[in-house]
Amino acid sequence: MGDDLRSVRVNPERCRGRMSCMRACPTEAIRIRQGRAVILEDRCIDCGECVRACPNSAIQPLTGSFTDFARFKYTIALPSPAIYGQFRRDILPGTILRALTRIGFDEACDLTWATEAVSVAIDEFLADYRGPLPLISPFCPAVVRLVQARFPALVDQLVPIDSPMEIAAREIKNRKARELGLPMDEIGVIYLTPCPAKIVAVEYPPRKRASYLDGAIAISDIYQPLLAAVSREAEQPADAEAVKGLGLGWPVLGGQAACLRTEDTLAVGGLRDVARILEDVENGKLGELQYLECHACPQGCCSGPLTVENPYFARSKILHLVDRYGRQPGCSREEIQRLYRLGYFSLPGRFSPQPFPPLDAEISRAIEKRARMKEILETLPHIDCGACGAPTCHSFAEDVVQGRAVIEDCVVLAAEHARRNRHTALA
Amino acid sequence: MPGASVFTQQFEVRGRDFANAGRASTAIKEILKEIGIPPATVRRAAIAAYEAEMNVVLYARKGTVELQVSPREIRLLVRDEGDGIPDIELAMQEGYSTASEEIREMGFGAGMGLPNIRKNADEFRIESVVGQGTELDIRIRL
Repeated sequence: MGDDLRSVRVNPERCRGRMSCMRACPTEAIRIRQGRAVILEDRCIDCGECVRACPNSAIQPLTGSFTDFARFKYTIALPSPAIYGQFRRDILPGTILRALTRIGFDEACDLTWATEAVSVAIDEFLADYRGPLPLISPFCPAVVRLVQARFPALVDQLVPIDSPMEIAAREIKNRKARELGLPMDEIGVIYLTPCPAKIVAVEYPPRKRASYLDGAIAISDIYQPLLAAVSREAEQPADAEAVKGLGLGWPVLGGQAACLRTEDTLAVGGLRDVARILEDVENGKLGELQYLECHACPQGCCSGPLTVENPYFARSKILHLVDRYGRQPGCSREEIQRLYRLGYFSLPGRFSPQPFPPLDAEISRAIEKRARMKEILETLPHIDCGACGAPTCHSFAEDVVQGRAVIEDCVVLAAEHARRNRHTALA
Repeated sequence: MPGASVFTQQFEVRGRDFANAGRASTAIKEILKEIGIPPATVRRAAIAAYEAEMNVVLYARKGTVELQVSPREIRLLVRDEGDGIPDIELAMQEGYSTASEEIREMGFGAGMGLPNIRKNADEFRIESVVGQGTELDIRIRL
């Protein structure tokens, strides 16, 4: 926190202050000031719901573009497997990977094998784990931020295993450096992302260790040229075996859980439902579950805010691929188990709690402010109309106490006041 | 004037109202987080509040949970109107429960509620009058 706004920005030219983003934001991180949306950075968890909600496309993800990557001698696209759900049913992953090499990348690599390998690593971790349950999936960066900020007591239940995109990038970069005889910093590995949250994971990896990824491009930003290239490539036969294994299902809700050996799993999508489940976990419930798969997006990564297709279409396409190519193993279990024991999948250190800032750093002042908030709240209409520029009466009361708003900003109270004055004047 | 600041809020809880069960403890948890209480302490208070709230839902006609926060401690005062507890010592034993079959079928009534509250509190006082109701006084030091 305290970093510059990391995943999205409001384009003031396009913003009309229509409040869709403010209402969609699951952490109440947006206010409307002088008719424009403003993002409260320390409450933003990078989920991208605002990007999805804005009717004017005024909230833009801070992804890169091709020109940013001109400095590399060799560029490799590493698409999120969510990309496979973005094209018609008969378009195979192999065709999409080949099409990526026609629109400016020197090479495109699949990372499905890494999702399957990470699933095996989770199996291994679960087998030895004796701490509080359920364990929580750490692969949606927006969910990780939500846990750190709103459920900080649960950070130790996030599985300390690295993400498939990092594992794949490390593997590919090392291999390519050897094959091409190039230094690692001349090879650019660029993630094609379905969401802003993953941009942050690339640009600001957890615990600030270096990422093997050199940047991210939104799937929606390259969709036009890619679609044209895919149509051309579809005329050539594709290698149907290029991408296989149960890991293909990772981009849909429940896809991670389906790869695990344990059946004591639960998959939850959409941040409000995720928050509700985490609430239960915090209350000491759901301990009978081993693994809780959580996604900020309702249908999983295939429905990310930076994807293009209808989420149900994308989901059905991915499930179709799992049906056809899921049965063959994507990697060798024995080899992954050996690598797991060598620490190949471990995330260094732990996830730290990063609670949303309290009302005041000093506890007695925080208590007084909360007491004033309660008094203010009792006078407010509790209709969460948003006309004051805050998403709820609760967040407005907080803004007043913090000096970011004045009580006169409540249009409902002001209207009542005016009506009363008129009556007194008439009497 | 440190020590002078106190936050107080009271929550109504209705017996048998399973649809809203847990709302008071969720609200209490949010308030503690807003004030900036350390996560581990919030979790202890949340579990104590949740168990106490569920006891009202499961066994009483109605009740109130009162939250008091001062710089020194979190205090939860839970008062209910209900059948009361005839033998408190027995009720405090882990696994002892008078829950009906119906309640157990819903996954409650494992006899861990009161022991769980005691485990998470720094001070815990319980008083009950049979036929009238029960009062809990839960304190967690800051």
